[in-house]
Amino acid sequence: MLALSAMLKRAASEVQEYLLLLGQVVAGLVRGPRYWRDVVEQLDVIGVGSLVVVLLTGVFTGMVLALQSGMTLDQFGARSVVGRLVSASMVRELGPVLTALMVTGRVGSGIAAELGSMVVTDQIAALRSLGTDPIRKLVVPRVIAGTVMLPVLTIIADAVGILGGAIISQFQLKVAFSVYWNNVVAGLFFQDIWMGLIKPLVLGFVIVSFACHVGLKTTGGTQGVGRATTNAVVGASVAVLALDFLLTKAIITFLY
Amino acid sequence: MSRTDPKPPPNTRTSPAAGAIQFDRVSLAFDEKEVLTEVSFEVPPGHLMVILGASGAGKSTILRLILGLLKPDGGRIIVNGHEVGGMTERELMTVRADVGMVFQEGALFDSLTVRENVGYRLYEETKLPLEEVDRRVEEVLGYVGLAEYVERMPSELSGGQRRRVAIARALAAKPGTILYDEPTTGLDPITATAIDDEIVKLRDLESVTSIVVTHQLRDAFYIAGHEARRVGEGYEVHQASSALAPRTTFLMLRDAKVAFQGRLDELRRVGDPYLESFVGDTIDLLCGNARTA
Repeated sequence: MLALSAMLKRAASEVQEYLLLLGQVVAGLVRGPRYWRDVVEQLDVIGVGSLVVVLLTGVFTGMVLALQSGMTLDQFGARSVVGRLVSASMVRELGPVLTALMVTGRVGSGIAAELGSMVVTDQIAALRSLGTDPIRKLVVPRVIAGTVMLPVLTIIADAVGILGGAIISQFQLKVAFSVYWNNVVAGLFFQDIWMGLIKPLVLGFVIVSFACHVGLKTTGGTQGVGRATTNAVVGASVAVLALDFLLTKAIITFLY
Repeated sequence: MSRTDPKPPPNTRTSPAAGAIQFDRVSLAFDEKEVLTEVSFEVPPGHLMVILGASGAGKSTILRLILGLLKPDGGRIIVNGHEVGGMTERELMTVRADVGMVFQEGALFDSLTVRENVGYRLYEETKLPLEEVDRRVEEVLGYVGLAEYVERMPSELSGGQRRRVAIARALAAKPGTILYDEPTTGLDPITATAIDDEIVKLRDLESVTSIVVTHQLRDAFYIAGHEARRVGEGYEVHQASSALAPRTTFLMLRDAKVAFQGRLDELRRVGDPYLESFVGDTIDLLCGNARTA
């Protein structure tokens, strides 16, 4: 009972500290000083740096989706509508979620390790002693970059995923490209586009802010940095999946 | 023993009157553990205080409290006329602008070059022209004897060089106060002496208010037993001509409390068993020439 109470207290304190960080991030967005050079640098690190992994994830997901759904659709003699399934699945669900998970693994771990190392080697304290607010200097640029770049990366993943599906349809399922493309367009609605953009916007903000929170709370030397990195990836991955469900439910309720 | 350096020291003071630190019954605890209990002391402008104590005695915590990196549970901390205990992070930036800190191991920013590390505050937090900042960076790096390392990364430097770059970084914005957290720990005696000389120079030639936290008795007594003076265009660091170098006091912490506060000669005479066991014969061995009659 005591252990449970202590665990709940720790969880409540963790949530409180995370919300406090979010408040500071919002304050940093509204009020200067702003470090635009760091924002540009992070846009490059998070966006351009994640491009290859997102391209590979997108194309293979689209291809396997076309293969699997082609087999199922064959049972109903509906192989020609495979494009409809691929586009809807990629844009509404797989594009945002898989891109978010890839960015969590690559960027979330990197941020937690970098900030964690800075904490344990006193670089964060040195920043503060030199008159720089670490939230404005380190967290705000990363959060801006994550929130802006995840939707961009998701659009790219969606596009290459649909393209991957087209390749499989053409060469494996023998569905003509024009048929596939007509179905891709027919299968998408404006609500789907909104869903495909709102999700990565929220997920990008959460992944990066959570990784920053975990990194800045690192204690216990290099072992602590390893622990922080693991916690950031595991915590953000679970948050991505849970938030995906909640966002899907909310968007279906309000937009469809 | 004396050492000379042809390079003139840069101006490290904003104003001669700036720089005074006062602790008034300051207490701090982490969870159940008391780190500081009603600690009081004062460092007048231009003076140096050496804080001694065993590991975990709360020495570094005092420096973090001065900078506002930690908040005290009780008592008042006054830095250059500002009471820092109740200040917000934003308000503390004004106080920190006149305080430089040399962290343990240097705490240099890994991703920045030596130039960017040293000029960090000036590049990022001021609107000074870049040429002026570059000139200042080269000036302070010359002062610590590392002018040729300006484009190196911290990972390419030795431990002693990193510590000297950290001193240069603390000096770059010409603070009136510098805090040193174990500046010589883990360094060989020659490099440690070079760093001690920097501390002595800043105290004697620039009247920088300083606090040195250390458990290296050799360095603590060296700083107290030496003084620097200008010689032509350069300067010289030598054994104090009077009994002890002026403007240097000691503070010893034990079990979160102040166990001793005073000058080196008083430390030798106090006769407390704990102090005896801590400093032992080191004072006599290291400060034989600096004794008072």
